[in-house]
Amino acid sequence: MNKCKPDRSAAAAGGDIMSAARARVGDTIFTRLTLFFSILMVAILVALLIALGIDAWPAIQKFGLSFITSVEWDPVNEVFGALPAIYGTLLSSAIGLIIAVPISLGSAIFLSELAPEWMRRPCSFLIEMLAAIPSVIIGLWGLYVMVPFIRNPIEIWLGSNLGFLPLFSGPPFGVGFLSAGIILAIMVIPIITAVSREVIVAVPLTQREAMLALGATRWEMITRAVLPYCRSGLVGGVILGLGRALGETMAVTMVIGNAYALSPSLFSPGATIASKVASEFNEASGDLYIGSLIELALVLFAITLLVNIIARLLVWRTVSVRGTGE
Amino acid sequence: MIKWSKNWFAGTVAAILTAAVAFAGCAAPSGSPAASTSPAKSINLNGAGATFPAPLYTKWFDEYNKLTGVKVNYQPIGSGGGISQITEGTVDFGATDGIMTDAETAKAESKNGPILHIPMTSGSVAVIYNLSGISTGQLKLTGDVLANIYLKKITKWNDPAITSINPGLKLPDAAIAVVFRSDGSGTTYIFTNYLCKVSSDFKSSIGNAKAVKWPGDIGGQGNAGVAGQVQQIPNSIGYVELAYAEQNKLAWASLKNAAGNFVEPSLAATTKAAEGISLPDDMKVMLTNSSNAEAYPIVGFTWILVYVNQKDKDKGEALAKMLWWAIHDGQKYTEPLTYASLAGSTVTKAENAILSIKYQGQPLITR
Amino acid sequence: MKERSGYFRRKQFSRLMLVLCGIATAFVILVLILILGYTLVNGISYLSLDFITQPSKPVGEVGGGMRDDIYGTFILVGLASLIALPVGMMTGIFLAEFAGPKAASAIRFAADILAGVPSIIVGVFAYAILVRPMHTYSALSAGVALAIIMIPVVARTAEESLRLVPNSQREAALALGISRWRITLGVIVPGAVTGIVTGIMLAVARIAGETAPLIFTALGSAFGVQGLTQPIGALPLQIYRYALSPYKDWQQQAWAAAFLLVILVLGINVVVRLVSSRRKK
Repeated sequence: MNKCKPDRSAAAAGGDIMSAARARVGDTIFTRLTLFFSILMVAILVALLIALGIDAWPAIQKFGLSFITSVEWDPVNEVFGALPAIYGTLLSSAIGLIIAVPISLGSAIFLSELAPEWMRRPCSFLIEMLAAIPSVIIGLWGLYVMVPFIRNPIEIWLGSNLGFLPLFSGPPFGVGFLSAGIILAIMVIPIITAVSREVIVAVPLTQREAMLALGATRWEMITRAVLPYCRSGLVGGVILGLGRALGETMAVTMVIGNAYALSPSLFSPGATIASKVASEFNEASGDLYIGSLIELALVLFAITLLVNIIARLLVWRTVSVRGTGE
Repeated sequence: MIKWSKNWFAGTVAAILTAAVAFAGCAAPSGSPAASTSPAKSINLNGAGATFPAPLYTKWFDEYNKLTGVKVNYQPIGSGGGISQITEGTVDFGATDGIMTDAETAKAESKNGPILHIPMTSGSVAVIYNLSGISTGQLKLTGDVLANIYLKKITKWNDPAITSINPGLKLPDAAIAVVFRSDGSGTTYIFTNYLCKVSSDFKSSIGNAKAVKWPGDIGGQGNAGVAGQVQQIPNSIGYVELAYAEQNKLAWASLKNAAGNFVEPSLAATTKAAEGISLPDDMKVMLTNSSNAEAYPIVGFTWILVYVNQKDKDKGEALAKMLWWAIHDGQKYTEPLTYASLAGSTVTKAENAILSIKYQGQPLITR
Repeated sequence: MKERSGYFRRKQFSRLMLVLCGIATAFVILVLILILGYTLVNGISYLSLDFITQPSKPVGEVGGGMRDDIYGTFILVGLASLIALPVGMMTGIFLAEFAGPKAASAIRFAADILAGVPSIIVGVFAYAILVRPMHTYSALSAGVALAIIMIPVVARTAEESLRLVPNSQREAALALGISRWRITLGVIVPGAVTGIVTGIMLAVARIAGETAPLIFTALGSAFGVQGLTQPIGALPLQIYRYALSPYKDWQQQAWAAAFLLVILVLGINVVVRLVSSRRKK
């Protein structure tokens, strides 16, 4: 594992002062460099926010807080409100994650713990390939292949058997929140699986052996020794996936039905912030219309912020945990 | 000292860097367009806008390049995009299916002077439906009925308003699933323009624009999205470009035109629409609801937007020449691609517009 | 006896859960096969060597390929990586090795937020800061837009991978008197290499298929690559436009190109992993 040849010049007993000083300078430069790039990344984010804020200003001024509570979206009369889009974003992402997280974790566990050696690399590749398929292609496949299947038999079955629940009410169009959630799950699974697999594999053997020595079953070893050890990495993967889900545009736009309404039903067509922006930005004209679309994007920023804070609060106990040695 | 050659990481990064630099290096052969050392022949023009005429323009500029060597790069980003980009000056010409509004015109003209709308071709919007047992052209609709369907005032297929114009057709007792375009588009602009002309209700509650607030039910992304929804959802109705309906064999309705005849969308019916409208000199006119007896009622021009005052002599001249070619020789490429060619009267007015393009006060081309 | 049956139940449960995990994996692969299969079936008529070597033809003319757009995709991915890899890696290193808890928390937070920005917004941003002032669409602005999307993914996955390298490695190297920056680059980073590479490949896969940012920055080019400050075409852009066009011809090309794109990304993936796993002991 140690490929690095020790730097004898600085390590010579007593230390050559110049070399040691050089090493320290090297350290300072390097540390400062990493800090610089980190700040650069934050600066990009801040610049993004400022640029968006400037473009959104006409809309912010005109609508104020009612933008978040209004359900109107009328480009002709220039009245805009974000609530259905916010609702759609949260609902579709939630469905997406509810479906994706168990499947991703399951796959990651299978690929890192159970699968025979020859299967691991190819299967991981296959799952990562899913991430490479362009969003519009997944959207078109979703529209032409998945949605008809969702409509008939899934929505029809759910509607006739559980239709009394508001969750499954309304005509089965096929497109709608349910389809959007499933498409998001498909897009997010590769990310969560890949990251989870990496962190699970990196858990030291000693942790697993210790647990097994105590008499745990395979599953208990995984859930009680391995997963908690890499918990922060797993959460990191889920958050990356969530980020993708919240901002996914093309695939969702094709299958969500693009109706601007608040409905408790999963069958209802709806919209997400990203799908609204993607659909209308190209053709929007007028400072208020464009400003409203940009303000929608800012609202999405705020939602991402909020969700990230909540996620962190939920796992705040897991502060940066370094490997505890072999 | 760490041997960089042994360090895989640095190796990979170095490889990517080298590759990227090599690509970038190979990628900059002709330099920037402002390079004065490049020969006059290799002129690059960039245009962007409406998606509807994109297939035609692609064909045109491919042929034009073979003819003259001028490289005209046209990319479809939407009519709204065409208007905003020509306003910002990021492209040499824009393209749109919808006329620029007063506000848009004012903004563009305040930046770069007067702007021209030059029509290139026209196209129809087909009304497609999914009704079992009813094939293309069999369903008849009037403008009023169509407007009320999209207003969600007529909600069932066997509503008397529909059955009365379709005696003999077995229309189901089912809700009409209304599909609209969720992305702003010139197609929506033309469609709503027509509906506003034939229904005062529609005009007052929804209006004419590239994106409007539809009462329902489902939005499709692009022509493909709308067609996809209509094909899958029984008893649905939608609207798409004619070329899309033809190429994908979708069933369309016959519409009653202003002269009282039920007409199916077709190339001939599209061209006739221009013959029933009086064309102003600036050619900013919508061709919907034409009074010509054989015209299809939902038709629109597609225009190219260029500034009267050009900033670069060579580019401006190339642009004017290209436009002249497009309205004359270029027209022979329209019909094979299911676009309607320009009527004679339209060509004359377009010629006048092109002749008015100037550089420093002097017209760039003459007859 | 009681202990034995308790253990037996736990073992059964364990087996059940592990079988479910296998089913989950099978499900994901099934979905991939469905999507990729559908793509292949629709585009098969266009998959040939010609497709890769020919420039595009207008509609109605049979044949033609996506050579220029493939080239464009490589250039844009290379350009984006050139910008994003240093920024992302260094940020990841900073977060894992040098940052105090408060700074790390803040920067990690910023990365997660940046990762959630819809790609269309990144495109709009790049348009505002590059395309509009330069008065031209360009490969440069597209590269920058894609880089912004890549950076948080690279940074976060790099950080997570680096943090999992056991402390004993750091301590041993420090005990030998090696300076910190040499430790980081020579010991820790190589130790986390598969994780880092995974993150990079995920980011590359993501941007190779991104369309929305390109709409506002690259525009597309009918005449191939004209220069860094000129419009440029790329596979996902062309796929998007062709797929939503009326013509069966173009639609088939879109599917063929999508299949090609996935194979390309897979190829890059395979090559990079081969290189990195050969180096690593």
